[in-house]
Amino acid sequence: MTSAYVESSLTALADALAAKAISSVELTKLFLDRIERLNPVLNAFITLDRDRTLSMALAADARRAAGENGPLLGIPLAHKDIYCTQGWLTTCGSKILSNFVSPYDAHVVEQLKQAGMVTLGKCNMDEFAMGSSNESSYYGPVKNPWDIRRIPGGSSGGSAAAVAARLAPVATGTDTGGSIRQPAAMCGLTGIKPTYGVVSRYGMIAFASSLDQGGPMAKSAQDCALLLNAMAGFDGRDSTSLDRQAEDYTRDLAQPLAGLRIGLPREFFAAGMSDDVRAAIDAALAEYRRLGATLVDISLPNSGLAVPAYYVIAPAEASSNLSRFDGVRYGYRAPDYLDLADMYCKTRSQGFGAEVKRRILIGTYVLSHGYYDAYYLQAQKVRRLIADDFREVFKQCDVIAGPTAPNVAFELGAKSEDPVQMYLSDIYTIPASLAGLPCMSLPCGFGAGNMPVGLQLIGNYFDEARMLRTAHGYQQVTDWHLHMPEGL
Amino acid sequence: MSLTLDQVGRIARLAHIEISPAEAAQTRDRLNDILGLIEQLQAVDTAGIEPMAHAVDACQRLREDSPSETDRRSDFQAIAPETEAGLYLVPRVIE
Repeated sequence: MTSAYVESSLTALADALAAKAISSVELTKLFLDRIERLNPVLNAFITLDRDRTLSMALAADARRAAGENGPLLGIPLAHKDIYCTQGWLTTCGSKILSNFVSPYDAHVVEQLKQAGMVTLGKCNMDEFAMGSSNESSYYGPVKNPWDIRRIPGGSSGGSAAAVAARLAPVATGTDTGGSIRQPAAMCGLTGIKPTYGVVSRYGMIAFASSLDQGGPMAKSAQDCALLLNAMAGFDGRDSTSLDRQAEDYTRDLAQPLAGLRIGLPREFFAAGMSDDVRAAIDAALAEYRRLGATLVDISLPNSGLAVPAYYVIAPAEASSNLSRFDGVRYGYRAPDYLDLADMYCKTRSQGFGAEVKRRILIGTYVLSHGYYDAYYLQAQKVRRLIADDFREVFKQCDVIAGPTAPNVAFELGAKSEDPVQMYLSDIYTIPASLAGLPCMSLPCGFGAGNMPVGLQLIGNYFDEARMLRTAHGYQQVTDWHLHMPEGL
Repeated sequence: MSLTLDQVGRIARLAHIEISPAEAAQTRDRLNDILGLIEQLQAVDTAGIEPMAHAVDACQRLREDSPSETDRRSDFQAIAPETEAGLYLVPRVIE
């Protein structure tokens, strides 16, 4: 029988731990046992280390016995394998880091350790976070717990599958062009990408530095807010980390939604969205109207340029970031080579998968002599146009709503041979990424094949608290976020 | 524009990535698909628009010029493919 604890909210778990109804070690074992049973099917984790995990739980119980009582103390979580975790294998889903045991913790990992959270393991992901289906991982695809013939979304697909299958109460993810929101939508979860600069990128293996942002993946907006409280914060080691006063992201959750103005971008509701997704989104919007919110028609005229601009900017930054993987200081080195140049070349050719190589090549091309202005600079100017559209519409609305993805989770292999089709899965998530705005996905029903549908919310800069309240208000009157895949 | 096999080879050399003759044509076709997607940016009028490099237009912070890191050379070298006497070893480049 499934213990009720594996379905509990973070506040319920915190209460149970505080009341000594269960210890962190007992709670952690419940999840480790589920992982042991279900991970062979789902492939959500790349690395598990039961002893290390249990020693963290033991330490959390000791801290509680000594009088500590934080809201996350003793609660287990899973980390996306993009976060450096000292003493744990940190692969980023790649062969090139298949032997990399990190000598240090990411800022996020440090913060969550300090809060007393227990690391259950490292979650599978698309290689270097480049993908929307988790099929580009060197460690094999992750299966969607709602239907194991389907993709869990990507790139934080392992994190999404782990929380959806209740192998972890919460998980960390990262989002460059939709990598938290799209898998959250595909797996029926709530996930948030904060304003760029709110969560430190230190120790988060870089993909596209001007876009990468860490965030929580959880069952509810309330759990996301609690975890974000611990993940956010200024860190001098990330040059783009913003020095702002700490916020309590749960502070407005209970505020009513009456009078809230929700903007609906015409461009997100045009052709392209499948009928089942549209029906679920429309029903969610009707629910918001019943809650007293006003729906406002808005336009983001340049949002159609977001995917092309992203596929210049992200590969360009990736080609630069990934130049550090050369077989000299850490990671994989090719066994046979002629000279230094050949060692670099063979190491990278054997160490990177096809999609990563493609993006490095595109990035190298758009940054190469004679093409920089035409591609990279032009894409950065288009990025400004897209961000300006958002600035304009936030004069008319408080939060924006629309679909997270055009379809429910597709079948494994359906798009893996056609990169451009795969890129278009992120058509609704990329605009907010380019603008650097906070955005999230929350479950709002089921579509084709009884697969979850995600509603995307986009907030104004630093307006996470209001966006989370918008999600929480909906989750108080609906139960989509409480559904769990059957047969697990 | 679309890339030729020669251009793909040149880009691959710049990126230190080897493309075998067997995968060259397919790589070129996939890259051209992606370039086709991004080509539409060329038609956008961006006269007078400042390029956007940071979401909230933050600039680099300055800090005091003082050491902030401790010496962890042995930890870092313990995970290197090949080291000797505190140095990273690579194939000889000067005869």
